[in-house]
This record gives sequence, C-alpha cells and structure tokens, in this order.
Amino acid sequence: MMNERQLRQRIDEVRTGKRSRRDFLREMMALGLSAPFVAQMLAHGGVAMAAPEFKYTPTKAGGGGTLKLLWWQGPTLLNPHFAVGTKDQDGSRMFFEPLAGWDPDGNLTPILAAEVPSVENGTLDKNVGWVVWKLKQGVKWHDGKPFTADDCVFNWEYAADPATAATTIGTYKDVKVSKVDDHTIKIDFKQPTPFWADAFVGPRGMIVPKHLFEQYKGASSREAPANLSPVGTGPYQFVDFKPGDLVRGKINPDYHLPNRPYFDAIEMKGGGDAVSAARAVLQTGEYDFAWNMQVEDELLKRLEEGGKGQVNIFASGNIEHIQLNTTDPNKDVDGERSSTKTTHPFLTDPAVREAFNLLVDRLSVEKYIYGRTGVATANFINNPKQFASKNTSYEFNIEKAIGLLDKAGWKPGGDGIREKDGIKLKVVYQSSINAPRQKTQQIVKQACQKAGIDVEIKAVPASVYFSSDVGNPDTYTKFYADVQMYTTTMTQPDPRDFMRQFLSSEVATKENKWQGRNITRWRNADFDKLYDESEHETDPVKRAALFIKMNDLVIKNIVVIPVVYRPSVAAVSKKLHVLLSGWDSYIWNLQDWYADA
Amino acid sequence: MLHYLVRRLLLAVPSILGISIVLFTVLALAPGDPFSDLASDPSIPPSVAAGLRAKFGIDDPVFLRYFHWLLAMLHGDWGFSFASRINVSTLILQRLPTTLAVIGASQILALAIAIPVGVYAGVRPYSVFDQIASSLALVGFSLPTFFTGLVFILLFSVTLHWLPFVYRTDIGGSGPSLYWAYVRQAIMPIAVLGLFQGAAWTRFVRASVLDVARLDYVTTARAKGLAERVVITKHIVRNALIPVVTLVALSMPIVFGGAIITEQIFRVPGIGSLLISAILANDTPVIMAVTFVFACLVILFNLIADLLYGWLDPRISYR
Repeated sequence: MMNERQLRQRIDEVRTGKRSRRDFLREMMALGLSAPFVAQMLAHGGVAMAAPEFKYTPTKAGGGGTLKLLWWQGPTLLNPHFAVGTKDQDGSRMFFEPLAGWDPDGNLTPILAAEVPSVENGTLDKNVGWVVWKLKQGVKWHDGKPFTADDCVFNWEYAADPATAATTIGTYKDVKVSKVDDHTIKIDFKQPTPFWADAFVGPRGMIVPKHLFEQYKGASSREAPANLSPVGTGPYQFVDFKPGDLVRGKINPDYHLPNRPYFDAIEMKGGGDAVSAARAVLQTGEYDFAWNMQVEDELLKRLEEGGKGQVNIFASGNIEHIQLNTTDPNKDVDGERSSTKTTHPFLTDPAVREAFNLLVDRLSVEKYIYGRTGVATANFINNPKQFASKNTSYEFNIEKAIGLLDKAGWKPGGDGIREKDGIKLKVVYQSSINAPRQKTQQIVKQACQKAGIDVEIKAVPASVYFSSDVGNPDTYTKFYADVQMYTTTMTQPDPRDFMRQFLSSEVATKENKWQGRNITRWRNADFDKLYDESEHETDPVKRAALFIKMNDLVIKNIVVIPVVYRPSVAAVSKKLHVLLSGWDSYIWNLQDWYADA
Repeated sequence: MLHYLVRRLLLAVPSILGISIVLFTVLALAPGDPFSDLASDPSIPPSVAAGLRAKFGIDDPVFLRYFHWLLAMLHGDWGFSFASRINVSTLILQRLPTTLAVIGASQILALAIAIPVGVYAGVRPYSVFDQIASSLALVGFSLPTFFTGLVFILLFSVTLHWLPFVYRTDIGGSGPSLYWAYVRQAIMPIAVLGLFQGAAWTRFVRASVLDVARLDYVTTARAKGLAERVVITKHIVRNALIPVVTLVALSMPIVFGGAIITEQIFRVPGIGSLLISAILANDTPVIMAVTFVFACLVILFNLIADLLYGWLDPRISYR
C-alpha cells in the first residue's frame, strides 16, 4: 500500500500535468479506492475535474426526431422529492436537473452549477464544514422565470420539512442552506462531512421551482398541480404524463447549453417486462433505449444478434453477496430469533466460516449464471470495474475446506454430515425467488455437500423477502436463517452509507423493528473505530485508506462472502450515442444524447 | 318486476360491504410494503420510510384503516395512490378508455367469430366444417393468452416486422396515418384476446344451437315448409342465443377489469396493467379501488343478466 506522502506526490504530479488523470485514477483503483474517492482526492488537491470522454457532434439543437425510451417499470410520479424508486427519479430527470451529476468515473460534472466546488477556489472548506455552490447564470425554468439561489434554498426547506413527506428528507434534514447572492448558495454541515456532494447532486439533488411549489410546502404537498405537470430547467419540456405508462416531453428551445438537445421530442414508455423490453430495442428496433436489463446474459447475447442495438454494461457498486449469521436463528429470546444475545452454534467458528468461503464457486457463478452482468469478486466495495482491492483474494477449493474442517474437529457422522460435540453442520440458506439466485444456491449447495455440510435451500418471494413488514418472519432483515444471499445496491459514489451495514450500532433487532442496516449482526470494535475515524476524517486520502481497511476487515473476518458485483445494464440502439453512469440516473446526461441521422 | 329489482339491489349492499371487508383484510394481511425500495437503499435512513408509513397511516390498525377507507368511499373519495400520490379515481379514469377500446373490441371480435361459426357448426353437426371448427376452438381455448401473445410477437413483430408489439396511447401524427397506427398496434392484443374468448364462446353457441335444433317446434317449422334460412335465423338462433346473452353479460365486467396478462405482454396501459403494477408496488388504495369496482360490476351484471333472461324468455317470471 502506498503511503500518504507518496499519494500526495502523485496528486501533485497530476496537477502539474506530469501524470495523466486517467493513469492516476487507474492506479488508485488498483489500490482499492473508489473512483469517486479519487475524484474527491484530486478535487481536494486542487486538480480540476476532467470532462468525461464523450463527444457531442450535432451542431444545432433539434432535428433528431423522437427519442423513444422503454422503462419496463414506468415512472409513477414526476416530483423528484417524492421519488420512491429509480424509475421515478429517471422520469423526473427528463425535466428537472441537479446542480451537478456523477459521471461514469464518479466525477462531479456541473449541470446547473457554474463550477464544481473545490478547496482551491475557496468554495469548499478544507475541513468540509461547508461548501459553496456557484450557480450557472442565465438558466431559465420552462415557464421563462429565472433560476436563482432562492430556488435552491426553497428545495432544502421543502424537502427537510417532515410534513412534505419527501423521500429526499434524509439528504436535506441535517444541512443548512443559505443564500449568499442570487447565484451563490452555501451549505453548512452540522459536522465535517467528507462526502459533501449529496444535497443538490445526482438523483436526489434535482431542483424544483420555488414559484410553483412555494404554496405547497408541508402538508399540502400532494395538491401541487406542478406535481403532475413538471416545470424544470432540463433539456425537454413537459407534454403529457400517465402514471406507470407514459411520460412525454418536447424540446426545450431555451436550454442553457448550446446546440442541445438533439431530439425534438422524447417519450418514456413504461410497463411490461425486461425481456420484451430488450427485444424491442435489440431485435425489432421499436425503441431506442431500454433500462435496467435484468435479463440472463445468454438471452441478451441472442437478442443482440438481432442487430438493431447493443447491450451497454457499465460499472456500479451493487454487490451480490452471501451473509453468514453470527447469531442463532433457531433460538427464541424474548420473541426474537437471531438475537444478539445468542451466538451461532457453529458459524462463529472461524474454521467453518473459512470453509464456507472456500466452497463458494464464484467463477462458475459468473461463468454459468450471470455472464457479463455479474463479475466474480473478493471485495465488498468494488465500485467501477477497476475497484478491486489488492489486499484480498478468493479461491474455490473443496479439498482445502475439508482439511480445515477436519483440523477444527468437525468429523463426518454416519450420514456424511460433519458434526462436533453433537452439533451438526446443517444450514438453511435463504434468498429471494429469482432464477439466478436459485442456480447460485445450487452451486454452493453441491460444493457444501461434498465437504460434508448439509444445505437446505429456501427461496422467499421477493415482495416478502425485501419488505420491511415487522410481522413477517421471512424478511431479509430478520435473517431467521443461517446463511442468506441478496444484492446490496450502492446508490451513491461513496461507501459511507454502504458500509454502515457492518456497524455494531446498526444491528437489526426487534427493538428497532429490524430497521438497522447490520443484518449479519457482526459486531467488531476495530471496524466501529475505523468507521468513526472516517466520519471525522476530512482528508480524502486518509479517509480512503480507512475504507479500504474496513473492506479488508470485513473480508478477512468472512462476515460476508462477496459473490459477484453487478454492473448496470442497458439496451441501446446502435444509432444512439449515450454516456451511462452507474452513480447517477440512467439519463443523467440526457442533454448530450444524440443519434446518427 | 320492480319489487324484484329493489330486493336485489338491497341484497347487493351487504354483499358489497362483505366483499370490501374481505378485500381489505386480505390486502392488510398480505406481506409487502409500498416503500420497500426506500428501505433497501443504504443511503436513505430507515426513518424516511418509517415516517412515510406513519404519515400515510399504513401502520394504523386494520379496522381503523378500513373505517377510514369506507367513510371516504361513502363521500366519493377513493383515496390516493401511495406510489404516485395521485387520486385513485384519476388513475382509473386515465386507464379506462384504453381498456374499453381494446377489451371491448376483442369481445366484439369474439362474438363475430363465435356466433356465425357456432351456429353453422351447430346446425350441421359432425360435418367437416364442424369438425374443423370444433378442433380449432379446442386448440384456441386450450392455449393460454400469454403463449399465443408471445407466438404472435415472435411471428408478426420479430420475424415478419409487420406489427409493433408495444402499445402506445399517444401516437404522434394526424389524419388517416394516426388511425392506422392505432389499429396496427391494437391488432395483436385484440386478436389474442378475441380468439381466446371466441373459441370458448364458439363451443358454447354450438352446444346451444345443437340443443335447440333438436326440439319439436323446429321440426314443425320445417314441416310447414319454411325456408331453411328462416328456420335457422328466426327459430333456432333466436332461442339458442338466450343463454349466450347471459354468458356475454356476465363476462362484461372483464371489459372493465382488463386482461392482466395480455396487457402486460403488449404493454397496453389498461386497468389490468394498473392493477398488476399496484399489486407489485403494494399500493393498497389502487388495488382496493380496482378490485372493489370490479366486484360491484360483477354484482351489477349478474343482475342485468337475470333481468335480460326474463325479458328474452317470457316463461321466466320474477317474484
């Protein structure tokens, strides 16, 4: 691992042009840093963010006809502050924009901001206690009114008011936003916030106009007419909306970027299923773009032979992983199983955990199940493609697992299942009903059987498994099983919230209605200490190192067994030029999309 | 007659209440959470989803929620969707025209096939035509719509490139080309549903005609020397269609309810697809409204069918 001094030297080299930004990025990725981190490191070190490699060639706005998008779950609402799923955020993003978006490398790209804040320019506090955003001038709402700092301040007030019932409240409630002048705002944080680019940035940062929502702040938020007919600053103006079915827009002739957008009109059609959506883009060409292709890679490849479009796979941090329960799922303590007052009868034995780790054949899972849409990994934080920490590794080795279990005193009983002191190695392995998951369960089960561990596979309907229903015993947060598997999504280009799920204070219990993020119930003072340090560490370089340590701690202790990380997948017409980012909405740079004539 | 009507309407009230209680309880007991997307996003604190649940009253006891719903419903307030925060009535009205057009047209197509084919097969039982018609009807009736739908897509969209398989409500353009676009995109869903329904009805019409054709008065009509055409249209078909009318009336609520699977396959934005997406999103107010309206329509059309029956067949009287 590179030490701090070396890192600073490299950053300096990038700033002075001795080293290319991209090289630096790759090098840092190899060390296990996330791209967004590296970007922040550079920003902190006074290196301007590079523009993404995307060439916009049209020389005038319009003339591109209709851009047809297919979302197999259509947006059900168009107020970004009410968005429940990414589908709603995507629908809103056609009309509304944030101050900045995240590009594929996790760099901040200004949209409604004039520039990205930096310590160098004096717009970012060195101790990250505040940040100043300079707004782009001359931006107009679709109804002609100017976009100003008042709009930003209003969005903060609107979303932070609990009565508004905004889903973005988490982003805005702990900050204070004030107007410096008409085109400058200042965000004050309660405490130093190393990940400062959350409010007004990305999917939860879209800004709605004050003059249309002012009267509808608080309890009457649902009654705003603008909820249904958005007026934003985006490249397309609102035409028509049918929840769950269709969103239509037309070109914004007054867009704040020259020669943009390329298309005269846009429509986002919802409904149906992922496979037929892929078909409509790849095979028949009825649509130009389809989102979130949760389709088996084999099928995608076959559809691609249709020749109309291709599959675009881009990095994100979503990780399909196996969790080992540290508590006893079969013992009931005060009406709660998997209680922290218990310990698991055998999964707390490091030898058993290590054996399990050796019995997960990640490469086969990648090769035979996920293909290009799931990449075998040893790390919990993977982020973009290059994100592999060098400190960890994985292997599939049944012999070694058997050796470990033998050595630890787990001997095969009469039925072939290993046991020790009357405890048998029998596990219940649960996941949601989903074909790739059941196939993965089978692969793991077969390897375990060879090693003398009995695995009972359990598959729970996704609507039950992922619900926060307190009354249901089969939710993933209750974890009433020995082992379970699902994907944790990483919606932000920063691992802060992503890593909360290993904090002792976040354990899901009956007391907190199983709302805690720590599902494995693993508690480790070292991890907690590292996390706490990261919360107070304002130096991006040191903070990055802390997160790598946290990742390694989780992996070395086999708290979870990462299986594959899952990039985002879209189907794109061969004529269409897009730049997709796993850190923001699928249409984060919609203004730059264009097609060959 | 009026007495009968009033009595039936009064009887419908407890049935509707009972249905609403059962629906509401089942939905309340079903697992799921409209905000599970928020709960599983690591960057959104759990308090956000919890706050929304509390604000929308999802955590209240079931009976309390039911009474709130019933009270609002009596005032004509159907509530609002958790997923879109739009009034449920608006959502349903938006979807209704498409459903009526597509499902209605498919029912008409079904009748247009079932009556002539069924009658012709029925008056010439075991002829070559009857054999072919019956076999086809059996095949059409046995193949589920999701299968025929996919076969149609593969054949007409993917292989032949004749028809689009994504149904759009707003098609740009004007004049004849616009109407043609509407027709083109509706052909497949209408055909899939119409052929399926038509196959079932053909069998029914044929059986009904077969029953009537054997009766003595038909023999009498023929003995009087009436032309075969007159015998069939005036004497056989008219009487044979009485049970068919009932059957069709009873299937009318389906026109409202939409065809969940077919709408999903062709992305027809009808009531059926609204219902399925509401179920997937655990959007209780929408599910409740759609199923409840559907239940009311079933009761209503049962009544209409009973009344029609008496009107068509004077031998039946109401007491």
